[in-house]
Amino acid sequence: MQRRSRLHVPPTPARPGEAPDFSYLQLSEAGAVRRPDVSARAREIGFLSLELVRVLDDKHEARGPWDPHLDAAELEIGLRHMLLTRIFDERMQRTQRAGKISFYMRSLGDEAVAVAQCMALRPGDMLFPSYRNQGLHIVRGIPLVDMMCQLLSNTRDMCKGRQLPVMYHSAAGRLFSISGNLGTQFPQAVGWAMAAAIKGEDHLAASWIGEGASAEADFHHALLFAAVYQAPVILNVVNNQWAISTFQGYAGGEQRSFAARGPGYGIAGVRVDGNDFLAVHAVTQWAAQRARTGAGPTLIELVTYRAAAHSTSDDPARYRAKDDYAHWPLGDPIERLKQHLIKHGGWSEERHRALAAELESLVAASWKEAATYGTLTEGPRLDPDLMFEDVFKEMPLNLQRQREAMRAERNSK
Amino acid sequence: MAQMNMIQALNSAMDVMLGRDPAVVLMGEDIGYFGGVFRVTEGLQRKYGEHRVLDTPIAEGGIVGAAIGMAVNGLRPVAEIQFADYIYPGFDQIASELARLRYRSAGDFFAPVTIRTPCGGGIRGGQTHSQSPEGIFTHVCGIKVVMPSNPFDAKGLLITAIEDDDPVIFFEPKRLYNGPFDGDTNRPAVPWSTHKKGEVPAGHYTVPLGKADIVRAGKDLTIISYGTMVHVAAAAAAAQGIDAEIIDLRSLVPLDADSICSSVKKTGRCVVAHEATRFSGFGAEIVSIIQEECFWDLLAPIQRVAGWDTPYPHAFEWEYFPSQARVAAALKVAMEPA
Repeated sequence: MQRRSRLHVPPTPARPGEAPDFSYLQLSEAGAVRRPDVSARAREIGFLSLELVRVLDDKHEARGPWDPHLDAAELEIGLRHMLLTRIFDERMQRTQRAGKISFYMRSLGDEAVAVAQCMALRPGDMLFPSYRNQGLHIVRGIPLVDMMCQLLSNTRDMCKGRQLPVMYHSAAGRLFSISGNLGTQFPQAVGWAMAAAIKGEDHLAASWIGEGASAEADFHHALLFAAVYQAPVILNVVNNQWAISTFQGYAGGEQRSFAARGPGYGIAGVRVDGNDFLAVHAVTQWAAQRARTGAGPTLIELVTYRAAAHSTSDDPARYRAKDDYAHWPLGDPIERLKQHLIKHGGWSEERHRALAAELESLVAASWKEAATYGTLTEGPRLDPDLMFEDVFKEMPLNLQRQREAMRAERNSK
Repeated sequence: MAQMNMIQALNSAMDVMLGRDPAVVLMGEDIGYFGGVFRVTEGLQRKYGEHRVLDTPIAEGGIVGAAIGMAVNGLRPVAEIQFADYIYPGFDQIASELARLRYRSAGDFFAPVTIRTPCGGGIRGGQTHSQSPEGIFTHVCGIKVVMPSNPFDAKGLLITAIEDDDPVIFFEPKRLYNGPFDGDTNRPAVPWSTHKKGEVPAGHYTVPLGKADIVRAGKDLTIISYGTMVHVAAAAAAAQGIDAEIIDLRSLVPLDADSICSSVKKTGRCVVAHEATRFSGFGAEIVSIIQEECFWDLLAPIQRVAGWDTPYPHAFEWEYFPSQARVAAALKVAMEPA
């Protein structure tokens, strides 16, 4: 037995040159986890935060009490949204590489999180996304052209050129302005939900955070406020295993699941297979029912994998095993739903290929239109005067003067 | 002497200090195995081990708080905050704790923590990867604030900061990591190997805090600056044919007021330039000191060059950044006949 204290360094399962190793992952069988009533008290359902809710099994069959029994048409919509998200991501990645946009972040591998969750919510629910939830915007029907114009910081950019690419928002779509600072949206979502409860509305708030960002104090503030006021909020930790180069163990995932922090605060915590469209949908629907019936907040941990780089500024080959995603035990969310639909929904490889081609054309046509409103390198440009607007509702005198000075400076060049 | 860019110079400073002093530890997000998102700590975990170079959770408040505790227990932590824009969750630990520990405990406790953080714009980073918040920290009593403008100073200042028994926030202008930048975006990037301050000794040396560097002696006018703007202002003055005395402050706290005032007394004219926003910026403090000490020597109103008083906008990076044109406009006013 060791006789001294020691500093533990969380292990990283596989670094470059090593074989991918996911033996650390605690899995449950599809269909094996009990589904408690939505009115269950948080303290009675602690098991949900440690097991893994799964519906789709390895043979692509839906199993057990969490099967949401969605009809084939609904599932096809989900498949379409996920595929569109992926195709959009791929195209925007290439666009960044071609120097047309300054930066991009893909959600490759965790498309089911945003898509299934958003489909399980209502249009009146308010969403507080992180920067890897483009599926939320797609499900909410934000036109691809609008998203692309934001990425381009062009003349149709909803942010008027002020934000980095992917930091979308839509007031009409009830999608809160995305921050580049980590975790800040979590307590804000709780506050929105508290206001809904104060006003006696039926809407809930939902927010997303990466497991890495859950280390920030804002995560803990959110859980505390949600627990104290039993706010109608769904707090989602997208555990994609990596915070840039840092494995989830550094966010505390080695000792206990992220979902298990919920019961620690007196909140229901659920750990779900984030690559299982059906399970994600079912768990979200369960949490939404809890919120709408006064049973309080839910913390959901979505276990998934960041298949791509953190961003276009990142190179994962420097810090993790090659081809790791091919070995990820929970598979690919699009492939899994596709196979399920082929088995039961009348879907086929041909229809899938046709859908992909249709979505490729949609993305290409959208890009063609968006680029006419300007790119980083060519076409129309936003008026730099806009820089001084919206700092305050009314522009103060010092900013009016600075705007004049900037105009003079531009004329002098 | 070795040629180094600022990344290599900073890396070398930490390498030297890890080798010399077993109390020195590094901590921060992605700094260990990966070597930092800007590669500043590359290879140091491999060389000194996982107990000397720690990857941390993404929690700036936790990083600073833990660094204080480690320092109180005899270590000398060098904490990296990945971007200065992300330092605010650590602000309470910095402003209320780190800065005041010596004072409130009458010197019985102190925390020799160095906080390194990349700052400044010019890399298309938008509002969350471009800020220059140094003025917020110069307003807090009890922390030293440093910002180098070249590799030689960066290494010497960082070693001094780590050896200092008081806490230091060390801002690294990220646009200068790979080469000097004079604000001209049409010119191809220049590496540090073309610059005399890219020559950096391999071993231990120090550059003192509180001692400004007279980058160029001149008699027409004094330019006071630090970080990236040292290069921009120097280029603007040269383009205007002004014989400017250029002062690189290097450390803002402590401040070398003597060098500032003796230069302004000599030239009678002054432009203060920084990238940070103008209103309540550090430039206002410099202007006040000059006004108090050199009022009767001034031949023209002192001019300030700064970022506009807005968040840093992604699409208007170069309209926002204090360009040579903005410096030139200030020089023109400052050079008007008395």
